Amino acid sequence: MIKATNINKHFTDLHAVKGVDLTVEDGEVLCIIGPSGSGKSTLLRCLNMLEIPDEGIVEVDGELITDSNLREMRTKMAMVFQNFNLFSHLSVMDNITVAPINVKGISKEDAEKKAKELLKLVGLEEKAGAYPRNLSGGQKQRVAIARALAMEPEILLFDEPTSALDPEMVGEVLDVMKELANEGMTMLVVTHEMGFAKEVSDNIIFMADGQIVESGPPSQIFENPLNERTKSFIQKVL
Amino acid sequence: MKVYLEGVLVALKGLPETLGVSLFALVVGAALGLCFALMKKSENKLIRIISKIYIEIVRGTPMIVQALIVSYGIPLLLQGKGISFNWPHLIIPAMLVCGLNSAAYMAEVIRGGIQAVDPGQIEAAQSLGMTKSQVNRLIVLPQAFKIVIPSFGNEFVTLIKETAVLSFVGVVEILRSAQLWSASTFETFPAYIGAAVVYIMITYPLSKGVTALEKHMAKEIDQK
Repeated sequence: MIKATNINKHFTDLHAVKGVDLTVEDGEVLCIIGPSGSGKSTLLRCLNMLEIPDEGIVEVDGELITDSNLREMRTKMAMVFQNFNLFSHLSVMDNITVAPINVKGISKEDAEKKAKELLKLVGLEEKAGAYPRNLSGGQKQRVAIARALAMEPEILLFDEPTSALDPEMVGEVLDVMKELANEGMTMLVVTHEMGFAKEVSDNIIFMADGQIVESGPPSQIFENPLNERTKSFIQKVL
Repeated sequence: MKVYLEGVLVALKGLPETLGVSLFALVVGAALGLCFALMKKSENKLIRIISKIYIEIVRGTPMIVQALIVSYGIPLLLQGKGISFNWPHLIIPAMLVCGLNSAAYMAEVIRGGIQAVDPGQIEAAQSLGMTKSQVNRLIVLPQAFKIVIPSFGNEFVTLIKETAVLSFVGVVEILRSAQLWSASTFETFPAYIGAAVVYIMITYPLSKGVTALEKHMAKEIDQK
């Protein structure tokens, strides 16, 4: 379980996230939707302290994130980025095993065995020896998901995982994410893929101007939004 | 014609010294340059300032002055204080000066290489729980190193030419070999033409190699 309380983040002229509270329960799939610039990604990045919030606290399984336990807490919430951010000098196999071996101290053999299973899960068993530059966008993102899963995190954070992909590759990444959701993975997904959000999430947060405007199950957000802003956003994007 | 050939052969005798000092300086320069580059990135202000001052002093003074200070100045200073000190061989201070000098330039090159590494990959490494030193060692430096390899080649070419100033501090490298021969035979023009020929014989193929390497690297980076 991950719980954030009163998260505030300012950039020079911009109050990007304004006092947001958020909880993701174990096994829950929570999607954050909203217009561009509404603070969704910043909020997500505040959870694992890639952006240090100006105010607010984040707890994972009831344990508060502090400076001293930050690295350990980060291993519990692996992140998948919009631009994949694969390590370009490492093979697919090494991309997946570098953190388990060096951060968690797992043996190379075990890490590679696990990596092979994960590559099978994302449908890229034959790409273990390839380098990121030889992969398509969709393949890169599936490797990035495998890399995140290799840490055996308690929650996966997705930061617009399909936004940088060519349209024909979006499906292969969403399929992997759906499979993870079905297996009970806890997931927090910032996305513009409304179909995915509607079909897969347990709950949805609609954000605008750095605040949570409305949250609830997909049936509420997509069919009976309570707030006018939610209603007009949903009408525009569906 | 024969006298020109002899000029080249005489200058060639200094080749081991020139190459030896240059190679040593390249290795020391790369290692120390990496230290200074990392120091410049440090969160500690004092460490950043030390690195900055070092780089500014070295880059702001001619290498010949640095070579004279280290080769002759330091032994005389120590002897003046009653400490008996002489360099066992003048090639030692020459190597030190070239290495320390090169470090200041390499620090900037390496810093550029580090900055060229995709910040997204650094974030990914952090998000996987890596420490700062793990991020540097496993993700940033291997990529920065690849980016700066062609610059190392260029630095090597520069060093080979710059070590000519060591002819003033008693190292018999290419230029000094030519000078000595010129002084004893009065074949001044063939002597220095010989030295020039030897320099170009090493630097031209090296530069070509560096250009090829740069092209190869650019291609690889494009494919990222």
